[in-house]
Amino acid sequence: MLVTLKKAMAKEKTVKEPKGPPLPPVGTWMPAVLLGWLVPGGGHLLLKRTGRGVLLLFAITAMFLSGLLMRGAMFQPQSGDVLTTLINTGGFIGDLCSGLLYLLSTAFGYNQPDVPGAVHDYGTKFLVAAGLLNILAMVDAFEIAAGRKQ
Amino acid sequence: MTLTHFEAAVLFAFLTSIVMGVVTKQTDRDRVHYGIYVFVSFVVALFGLGWLMYFGHR
Repeated sequence: MLVTLKKAMAKEKTVKEPKGPPLPPVGTWMPAVLLGWLVPGGGHLLLKRTGRGVLLLFAITAMFLSGLLMRGAMFQPQSGDVLTTLINTGGFIGDLCSGLLYLLSTAFGYNQPDVPGAVHDYGTKFLVAAGLLNILAMVDAFEIAAGRKQ
Repeated sequence: MTLTHFEAAVLFAFLTSIVMGVVTKQTDRDRVHYGIYVFVSFVVALFGLGWLMYFGHR
């Protein structure tokens, strides 16, 4: 009985072990990820991937600036029904992930209300998409800094 | 800035393709190929959905 119990516990232990390589020390990847959040492509530039960093900087900044020029609206977290909470909180997180672009534009008073119109709507999506693309860039910077990718 | 639906969608596809190409593959050659592939896929989907909506609207 005891042997069976021990075997079962050992099996459970092996099942619960995390898969994949262990997380490297925070100091190796955190600066690249933080800089990548603040400045799109900044993590790649810090890690001496200049070409890729410049391309990311161009693409994400152009996406964000196009959103501003189309007078897209920034999301603010709102509570209410589930869909409203999800859309507004998710949109806010997406906007926030653009880093300095978002922080500077709000600090300088960009406050476009959400108005009907296809161009404004595209602008709102461009602003969120810039943040989401920056998340991809941050994950890539993490993988490079962690030595999982060239 | 005022863009048509088509112009905005193509601009979105272009910028997104750059990021997707840069972050997904291991070599520069693969990155360029994947970026072009994503852009073409976006544009094909754009035309496909455009025609679908056109015939759906008739």
